[in-house]
Amino acid sequence: MILPWLILIPFIGGLLCWYGERFGTTLPRWIALLSMLLLFGLGLWLWATGDFTLAPAPGVAPQWASEFQVPWIERFGITIHLALDGLSMLMVVLTGLLGVLSVLCSWNEIQHRIGFFHLNLMWILGGVVGVFLAVDLFLFFFFWEMMLVPMYFLIALWGHSGSEGKTRINAATKFFIYTQASGLVMLVAILGLVLVNYSQTGVLTFNYADLLKVELAPRTEYLLMLGFFIAFAVKFPVVPLHSWLPDAHAQAPTAGSVDLAGILLKTAAYGMLRFSLPLFPNASAEFAPIVMWLGVFAIVYGALLSFAQTDIKRLVAYSSVSHMGFVLIAIYSGSQIALQGAVVQMVAHGLSAAALFILCGQLYERLHTRDMRQMGGIWARMPYLPAVSLFFAAAALGLPGTGNFVGEFLILIGSFQYVPWIAVLATSGLVLGSVYSLIMIHRAYFGPAKDDSPLAGLRPRELGMVLGLAVLLVLLGIYPQPVLDTSAASMHGVQQWFGTAFTQFASAR
Amino acid sequence: MEFTTQHLIALLPLLVTCATAVVVMLGIAWRRNHTLTYVLSVLGLNLALLSIIPALGAAPLAVTEMVQVDRYACFYTALILIATLACVTLAHAYLGEHDDGKGYPGNREELYLLTLLAAAGGILLVSAQNLAGLFIGLELLSVPVYGMVAYAFFNKRSLEAGIKYMVLSAAGSAFLLFGMALLYADAGTLNFTGIGTQLAANGLPSAMAQLGLGMMLVGLAFKLSLVPFHLWTPDVYEGAPAPVAAFLATASKVAVFAVLLRLFQISPVANEGLLNLVLSAIAIASILIGNLLALIQSNLKRLLGYSSIAHFGYLLIAVIASKGLAVEAIGVYLATYTLTSLGAFGVITLMSTPYSGRDADALYEYRGLFWRRPYLTAVLTVMMLSLAGIPLTAGFIGKFYVIAAGVESGQWWLLAALIVGSAIGVYYYLRVMVAMFLVEPNLHRHDAPMRWAQRAGGIMLLCVAVLAFVLGVYPQPLLDLVQHAGLAFAG
Repeated sequence: MILPWLILIPFIGGLLCWYGERFGTTLPRWIALLSMLLLFGLGLWLWATGDFTLAPAPGVAPQWASEFQVPWIERFGITIHLALDGLSMLMVVLTGLLGVLSVLCSWNEIQHRIGFFHLNLMWILGGVVGVFLAVDLFLFFFFWEMMLVPMYFLIALWGHSGSEGKTRINAATKFFIYTQASGLVMLVAILGLVLVNYSQTGVLTFNYADLLKVELAPRTEYLLMLGFFIAFAVKFPVVPLHSWLPDAHAQAPTAGSVDLAGILLKTAAYGMLRFSLPLFPNASAEFAPIVMWLGVFAIVYGALLSFAQTDIKRLVAYSSVSHMGFVLIAIYSGSQIALQGAVVQMVAHGLSAAALFILCGQLYERLHTRDMRQMGGIWARMPYLPAVSLFFAAAALGLPGTGNFVGEFLILIGSFQYVPWIAVLATSGLVLGSVYSLIMIHRAYFGPAKDDSPLAGLRPRELGMVLGLAVLLVLLGIYPQPVLDTSAASMHGVQQWFGTAFTQFASAR
Repeated sequence: MEFTTQHLIALLPLLVTCATAVVVMLGIAWRRNHTLTYVLSVLGLNLALLSIIPALGAAPLAVTEMVQVDRYACFYTALILIATLACVTLAHAYLGEHDDGKGYPGNREELYLLTLLAAAGGILLVSAQNLAGLFIGLELLSVPVYGMVAYAFFNKRSLEAGIKYMVLSAAGSAFLLFGMALLYADAGTLNFTGIGTQLAANGLPSAMAQLGLGMMLVGLAFKLSLVPFHLWTPDVYEGAPAPVAAFLATASKVAVFAVLLRLFQISPVANEGLLNLVLSAIAIASILIGNLLALIQSNLKRLLGYSSIAHFGYLLIAVIASKGLAVEAIGVYLATYTLTSLGAFGVITLMSTPYSGRDADALYEYRGLFWRRPYLTAVLTVMMLSLAGIPLTAGFIGKFYVIAAGVESGQWWLLAALIVGSAIGVYYYLRVMVAMFLVEPNLHRHDAPMRWAQRAGGIMLLCVAVLAFVLGVYPQPLLDLVQHAGLAFAG
């Protein structure tokens, strides 16, 4: 019974925030913080008590660490079916953590319509948790689309209008249209899959476990897989479909960027691991080389564009494209080690990107610009923030001792066995990563100062957030075992599905 | 044939609506009183709505050659009556009170009379099983609407819209009649079932029959404002008083669509070969052109007009699919679309209430509405999301159904058009939505009255919004209802 509460807490909390605005401007913040802490705490408790050796695997009915099912729309055999395994557990905990942080980082930034802001923030997180828990395809799609609306409002109403006539409303609309249109393609694919199942068994169902058993003709499987892939690729983002991301990030408020980079991008990777690969293993194996090359391209392209940015948030946004390229390669490499690396990379990137966006937000609150040409020399002007930024820049470039290193290392070593050339080329991302990370530090914090007046130092709340993230990132870098253990069974299942198809396909070729 | 009580019971909704029209007319002749007329109309419509229950008991029953009362007809009758009730309630708010000297300057009462007559036409139309019944119903539906559109005749736009609608609608009717004549010449019967068997017997329909069906399609497409017969829509939507536009967008279109579906379901040959191709082209053109032209509108009523063109394009996908889920999908989609349109036009009506020369339909008048009228904004936000088909709203369920019907019959091109159309549509729906939340500019205030929520219109609107939300979260009751309202095939 605890799973629906993971979704309901943010939704109810959000409504309370909206209502609480009548009684003062700080009350919504506290309500939001408490509900996020509750979500995070529940997540941790579930993590501590759950048995994560249970995960779906081929050949047997999916087993879950925890499950919840009630009927919903009987006409189509749709149920509210939630389930938890190691992968979703990690993602839910990450969501809870970043939820707490995004409330904290908006504490000063958001001063207007506070109740409505927190309503939107909470509903995004509720929708994301729903995506991570749903194992009914209709329910999954429902949450997938539903979280767009509050995100749209977050960017459109509380965002920053950038330079060059790029308004926040355009950025928000672009984000919405990209995801909504690609989502509809996925809906068509979902319905196609369901109706194929219906024609075979005579049962209309959207249940994950039942749909895993569908026998698909190769051509159909490939088309349906493409339908899912397009939706996930837009959210991921895979390079030709990425152009909404820098705009959305640049215009979004800090909390929006934190959620977008930290967890919304992960929903796409999660969707591939949970749905794309297990449902369509053969087509995915056939498609894998293309995807992995797209991943390599994303790594290099993201890194190069990141280097060329002058807007600090766009720089971090493009670096996300580059980092997620590694995850994409890992997912489609068919290697258990690389898949485990992808999970670590997702968590580590969630933490480091969130921290970098929080730091950008703090910088923006002090300088009122995100343009790095207007910065320079900040190292001398304020304590702590530049040093912490340096740490996270180092983490982003994959310095050993941080979680990012573990993730990228596992991905590269895992995929090298299967696709050596791609792994070799992907390694260039690490080099380019150092270039753009260091150039960011150099441009923003060193060099000649535009102004010598000292800037306000970090408040304990602000320092606490980033230091906490730094500690977590180092912990993940030094001792990633708990994360690896939690996701091991889930990744093993995915590997079995995909690996079999992958080897068959490779030998046939 | 012999008339029994059963027949009368089956016809009860139609009879009650007509009787209400007569009573209202006599009431106006006896004493002109706005509220009295309104109360009489609402009472009559509610009675008609209740009388569907006994009519359901008698269904399915063929009453005369022309009318077939079955569950399908009852479902759409209910939909039309509910939409009419909502429009009448909105009209009551719109035409306003006399006391403060403001408000509508002309006679108010006749609008109710016209609305009731049009509703009667709609009811006849959805139960028609014969070309003659179709034509009578359609004209009874359309002719009062001419008057309704031009009801604010001292406003140039309203008058212009009325005349435009009359001319084009009459042209549409002429096409329809010619088509019917050709079809009759070929099939030798006016009965839908008879036409179906006759056409099927010959294998491929003859050229004359195809031409006839094509011309009928043109006539109906005029009424449904499908591309390329859509040119009147934005002007008429803009010019018509807001409650009338609501009626035009809901009751009128639902009735015409229901009869189109019945015709195509009973004589499926009508939906094969060349005609299928034509229908597909119309659907794709409606979706794309409707959505694209809506992009550049700065007037909310015109925008809704173009969006309704696109929505009927989506609906055509289910008509073309025609098997399996299609009839159900259309029922669900029409129900959710009616709900959503009523909500959207309802907000415009309340914004323009009481009547003051022109309706509050320019987009800039909605800027910052959230900070003045939060509830009204919430209603319109839900409606925009529902029109865009976003989860948690009724519109999503409708769109889901249409996509399901399309996938089931493998209409990939049409689905591609739907996806592209939705992506375009999202842009303008979001534009309306976000405008309401922007910071309030220093514009003159053209607001709904403060007490709007206490009025019947406001309460109804809130109900519509809540219903749109509830059906989006838990659609099962609606789906059950529609599932039982399927078409029973005569043979």
